[in-house]
Amino acid sequence: MAKVLMKGNEAIAEAAILAGCRFFFGYPITPQNQIPEYMSKRMPKVGGCFLQAESEVSAINMVYGAAGAGARVMTSSSSPGISLKQEGISYAVGAELPLVVVNMVRGGPGLGSIQPAQSDYFQATRGGGHGDYRLICFAPANVQEAVDLMGKAFDLADQYRNPVMMLGDGMLGQIMEPVEMPQPRKEALPAKKWAAGQPGRSERAIINSLYIDPAACEEHNNDLTKKYKVIEENEVMVENIDTEGADIIVVAYGTMARVCMRAAREAKEKLGLKVGIVRPITVWPYPYKAVYEAAVQPSVKAVVSIEMSCGQMVDDVRIAVNGAKPVSFYGRTGGVVPTVKDILNYLSGIKEGK
Amino acid sequence: MAVVFQKTSMLTDAPFHYCPGCTHGIIHRLVAEVLDELGVGETAIGVAPVGCAVFAYNYFNCDMMEAAHGRAPACATGAKRVHPDKVVFTYQGDGDLASIGAAEIVHAAARGEKITTIFVNNAIYGMTGGQMAPTSLPGQITTTSPYGRNTEVCGFPVNMSEMLSQLNGPAYIERVSVHDVKNVVRAKQAIKKAFQAQIDGKGFSMVEVLSTCPTNWGMTPQEALKWLEENMIPQFPLGVYKEV
Repeated sequence: MAKVLMKGNEAIAEAAILAGCRFFFGYPITPQNQIPEYMSKRMPKVGGCFLQAESEVSAINMVYGAAGAGARVMTSSSSPGISLKQEGISYAVGAELPLVVVNMVRGGPGLGSIQPAQSDYFQATRGGGHGDYRLICFAPANVQEAVDLMGKAFDLADQYRNPVMMLGDGMLGQIMEPVEMPQPRKEALPAKKWAAGQPGRSERAIINSLYIDPAACEEHNNDLTKKYKVIEENEVMVENIDTEGADIIVVAYGTMARVCMRAAREAKEKLGLKVGIVRPITVWPYPYKAVYEAAVQPSVKAVVSIEMSCGQMVDDVRIAVNGAKPVSFYGRTGGVVPTVKDILNYLSGIKEGK
Repeated sequence: MAVVFQKTSMLTDAPFHYCPGCTHGIIHRLVAEVLDELGVGETAIGVAPVGCAVFAYNYFNCDMMEAAHGRAPACATGAKRVHPDKVVFTYQGDGDLASIGAAEIVHAAARGEKITTIFVNNAIYGMTGGQMAPTSLPGQITTTSPYGRNTEVCGFPVNMSEMLSQLNGPAYIERVSVHDVKNVVRAKQAIKKAFQAQIDGKGFSMVEVLSTCPTNWGMTPQEALKWLEENMIPQFPLGVYKEV
């Protein structure tokens, strides 16, 4: 298939439709508005349903109802809206409902800014709402990768009966890039006999997250935890870029990793520094092993987490490295994207032992 | 032996957890009987609230979802959009519907969402132990209005049926009561009309049912029925508010 030039938000929306998603419930917020706008145009053409809810809270609960009724369904928002959706996400985890949530992160806290940020990392990787849970969380670095991961996001949501988050940022949503769209899904969507309104079932369906007996609630949590162990063993995705024999290991995800890739090339040319990059593609489950293995190489002097935040993923990097090498953090926040020059300055500081 | 009375198959055999004298049980049975009589029970999808009816999914013998507090109309919207051919209903209390879920019910009604809402109004938060509700009466003593609801401080009861009937989306809205046999019979007729409006694809329908809470009102069941009749009905007049 020929490449087409598409805006990230629109490409993600189209990829969802190609993956068989036919239900979308959302609410406007910058910088993700092209997703609901695109869905409102496309869904009626493919026999799907687009509905603009009265709030993010309502949108995620519509998604809950549609997922509970067996549909392939998604919503999208940006940071303040994702905070509002946390209630419904927690309930969906409790009721083990498959659904996909896109978060095009903007600066926070509060209304923050509307520019790209990665300051929702804690929220995305530690559950986000109340209770003991995790979301499978993809952090694509470019539009092509986002498009390629969309189908996988829906498939894993179904496979594990757990919500999946696509963690982008304002840059990924707004950037226009050439992209090869995947083929439309041909195979039928997986049957969901547990869902409401399904044919050929002997018992009635109950979609529920209430376990009033604490022993039953603990058992439910233990079952979820077992599921998360399987996900941790099987679903980690990571890219290593020139990590072998590197002097410094940079850990960066999403669009931030792209800036770091350019900085790594320039570091070699201008500073004579060999900078390797570990790029988590799933930020949960986190590629602890890949980060550790890159860090403990004898050549490596330091490990740096570079983020568009005040330092969130660096906690995971420290867990991964576990004291084997010095770990530091560099980042800018509030919607400010670190430039190649910013990163080079920081790396040269490490080289000089600052 | 001839069977003269039988429990509807639309209720499971699970024992109700409701307090003695509470009228939720009557309302459950009316809804279940109507679903049965309309022949839609087998395929219906119900949405339970948070509040006294939180366990409704154990009682209605059809596919059920348990929604977050106040979100039942949003949840039902999602289910109905996926299964437009099936009857979808919510069963909600006054805290759930008129307070935390006010936005969800207003917009489901405004969209003319083809769902039916059974709104049980007992003027108090029952499940959490008797706190002031958006429908508590002026002067009503609750655990969070121990000196009586002071309208200077916390305003006035919300009349949901009147409010929602101003919208274009609803097809049928009626307020009924279950404080005596005559009214129970009327309540059932209203519930049937509401579900029929959904089946006919006319739009959103809601029946507000005035209900008692002897436990948290601090009354005997008989006193509670009398209190409902004498105090709630003047604030929440019975009748059809919308019929398209």
